[in-house]
Amino acid sequence: MAFHKINVTINNELEQVVVPSNMTLMAMLRESLAMTGTKNGCSAGECGACTVLLNGEPVNSCMILAVECDGASIVTVEGLAEEKQLAPIQEAIIHQGGVQCGFCTPGVLLSSFALLKRNPNPSENEIREALVGNLCRCTGYVRIIESVKEASRIQSAMVT
Amino acid sequence: MARIETKTTSSPVGENTPRIDAREKVTGAVAYTDDLQFGNALLHARIKRSSHPHALIKKIDITKALSLPGVKAIVTGGDFPGYIGLYLQDRYIFCRDRVRYVGDPVAGVAAVSEEIAQKALDLIEVEYEILEPVLDPEFGVSPEAPVLHPDLGQYVVAGFIFPKPGTNISNHFKLRKGNVDSAWEKCAAVIERSYRIPHIQHVPLEPHIAIAKVGEMGDVTLWASSQSPFAQRNLIAQSLGLSQSEMRVISPAVGGGFGGKAGVSMESLAVAIAMKVKGHPVKLRLTREEEFYTAFVRQGLVAHFKMGCDNKGQLLAMENKFYWDGGAYTEYGVNIARAAGYSCTGPYEVPNVKGDSYCVYTNHPVGGPMRGFGMPEMHAGLEQCMDELALQIGMDAVEFRKINCLKTNSILATGGRIHPIGLLECIEKVSEAIGWGKKASPSAPNKRRGKGVAAMWKAPAMPPNAGSSAWVELAEDGKVNVGIGGQDLGQGSFTISAQMAAATLGVPYEWVHVAAPVDTRYSPYEWQTVASRLTWSMGNAIVNAAKDVRRQILDLVAEAWEESPDELDIVNGVVVSYKSEKETPLKNLVIYGLPNPDGKGWKGGPIIGRGSFMPNDVTGLDSETGQGEHGVVHYTTGAQAIELEVDLDTGRIEIIKGVAAFDVGKAINPDMVKAQMEGGMVQGLSSALFEHLKLKDGFVQNPSFVDYRIATSTDTPKEMQSIIVEVPQDDGPWGARGIGEHSMVPTLPAIANAIYDAIGLRFDGPPFTAEKVYLAMLDAGIVKGAQ
Repeated sequence: MAFHKINVTINNELEQVVVPSNMTLMAMLRESLAMTGTKNGCSAGECGACTVLLNGEPVNSCMILAVECDGASIVTVEGLAEEKQLAPIQEAIIHQGGVQCGFCTPGVLLSSFALLKRNPNPSENEIREALVGNLCRCTGYVRIIESVKEASRIQSAMVT
Repeated sequence: MARIETKTTSSPVGENTPRIDAREKVTGAVAYTDDLQFGNALLHARIKRSSHPHALIKKIDITKALSLPGVKAIVTGGDFPGYIGLYLQDRYIFCRDRVRYVGDPVAGVAAVSEEIAQKALDLIEVEYEILEPVLDPEFGVSPEAPVLHPDLGQYVVAGFIFPKPGTNISNHFKLRKGNVDSAWEKCAAVIERSYRIPHIQHVPLEPHIAIAKVGEMGDVTLWASSQSPFAQRNLIAQSLGLSQSEMRVISPAVGGGFGGKAGVSMESLAVAIAMKVKGHPVKLRLTREEEFYTAFVRQGLVAHFKMGCDNKGQLLAMENKFYWDGGAYTEYGVNIARAAGYSCTGPYEVPNVKGDSYCVYTNHPVGGPMRGFGMPEMHAGLEQCMDELALQIGMDAVEFRKINCLKTNSILATGGRIHPIGLLECIEKVSEAIGWGKKASPSAPNKRRGKGVAAMWKAPAMPPNAGSSAWVELAEDGKVNVGIGGQDLGQGSFTISAQMAAATLGVPYEWVHVAAPVDTRYSPYEWQTVASRLTWSMGNAIVNAAKDVRRQILDLVAEAWEESPDELDIVNGVVVSYKSEKETPLKNLVIYGLPNPDGKGWKGGPIIGRGSFMPNDVTGLDSETGQGEHGVVHYTTGAQAIELEVDLDTGRIEIIKGVAAFDVGKAINPDMVKAQMEGGMVQGLSSALFEHLKLKDGFVQNPSFVDYRIATSTDTPKEMQSIIVEVPQDDGPWGARGIGEHSMVPTLPAIANAIYDAIGLRFDGPPFTAEKVYLAMLDAGIVKGAQ
């Protein structure tokens, strides 16, 4: 098993990590860096609990090798809030009651965050499609969808 | 800029207070079991599992595996002779002489990494002698079937479970009321229907995980994603020959349970392995594949219904038989069969009833508690029968239910009368909200639209003496800490605990913390977080504990002020006198007490309150007739209505609108009650349209998200409405009773009834996949297919 020293920016901080060839990005975050906000739901790229942003794109980090991230920029759930100020999508999901057990929540927040970056005023169908890869067993999704709509309104209000 | 208002909520019961743990969840800060850090002493476990549904174990050779570098210990059933089980002790921690399902644990490995532990599994050699399996519960009760548990007669069993030794029947619940045989001829219409409800799985987003450590003195610590820390302590300690107080169970945040993390499933494996590597914490986490079939699954059901009514639509008789595919071990599932037995009429008054509910051993995955505890499986067929019977006498399906549904004081199938309930109101409200009787036009020429309704009931299925307890203490700042043994699985139990404590004590909701994670060393006893019982049972305990604190505070201040406690109150964290108008904040007295007026000495001291609650009046049910004065503590009832469209080109079902109404007695947090109604409806529709653990020759064919589909964000109904009905429960806190499970129960039959309304077809079992629906439409000539 070969080891590689990689440079990766995580939540705006440069990290240098030594990783084995076969280590996933998810394992690097959770085990090497003890950043456990990113969750392991299936290790098969199906449930979305491990969603992070890789150069701005939402990915299943269990399906990405850590070595692929050399020179890349990662955003995890720990990077959404600034100091004590929660991001609009975090405020909205609390306000709408879109959090129950919370296990899908980090992945949902990142997928939603990425959606609102590329499409600040998504339609309901666009929200549903964007979140189709984030499984939730508790909420029935309604309040998660409403949270994205509210976050969109909050962000529009901030811009104008 | 703070977008969320910070305010204090003075009378929080009935308010939509925000979740107490929301912030830590949205920042990724809350710790689930796999997030705990243990350092380099942590070992990793993997389980060698049976690859046969039924076989004798002839030989296990672990020598090659033991010599793999990095392997620290391997255990097998030979090391652990004790039985384990909740209602019936019918399983070993690791198999000893035989395996009874594909996935049954045969050996456990602890190694320095998961990778090495996994490699070691391949080096463990097991020799089996294959036995004929039982793969169907009706076959299982026939004389031809091999007996899977020859020692059934010797198993320790709860007094209200009735196994039949020498057979595969681990429980037979009988209900005999009136005279069914002579009632049929009085019926204007009689129908007989059978349904096969397949196995499904809970699919919590967080798979099962347990970390166990055994100290030098043999004391055990177990960290687990758990609904039942105290039950796990009890069952595992008993099985290993430990005293309960020698074992400590800690449950961090739980990423979804739905019943699957109740009782004991894989947690005992971690503890057993840890015994061989004293001093090391040993982590065992299930892969998603293992999660699908090696912890608990929801039992399959073969149900036969016969029911009849008179020409006025009054139900006269029901004869219902349930064969539960309980799986390899039914230590928990026996009570599901019982619950379905005493509930077998559905929420209706029926004078003549013959019910038989059999829990049957099969060589299938272990059936255990899943949201609804037998009620979704049973209502799936029963509520379709109600529609079909109504149709036969030419009566509207909603009218039929309104005539027959239980009302306050109705006679129950088990004898006794039901407490005040709002079931009729629930049925009326969902019918109105769905526009019952009005046909809406389909959205396109290739769609057919239909509406369906279903009602339900469920009582908490638990022993008659399942208890709750709570403590309440305060800190120097006057803020409150509430200790509980119940778990927050996402349903919001921590939040409503804080609301109830705050309201009872007289402090703002925001002043109350819940002492989490639940830790059996410090948390007070709670039977289990199941049965939708916490709001009612644990709520009563919390209220008692908070009242205890309130009384201590008022007695202390009354003495200091030379007034009567009756003239004092606690409002927003301040003790006030209505008589003298004196005031003092709580923080002035809850730790250090108050000085005596003459300056000589102090009175009072650290305030700490306790409360406990346990049902006192559950009478039990006769083993031959199922009759009893007060068989369960109470029922939650409700109904749902569904409007859907069937796509004639694909068979795909789209849920246009779903309406739910449940009588919860009192909604402590209305928004959270609605959230349960929404989540339950979607889990219900998921089980109706997509879910099916496909078992073939004892093997689960689809243990992955690729082939076992659950509802996604694109499957949620376009419109959902949740209606709260409140007919108070006289012994519930503020009149409250549970909701967590009930919201999943009527969804499947409501959908089935709506499909019938749309295209005139019924099926003998779910899921109503696009393929199944399309092929049925083709067979029926509703569509022509490719020419």
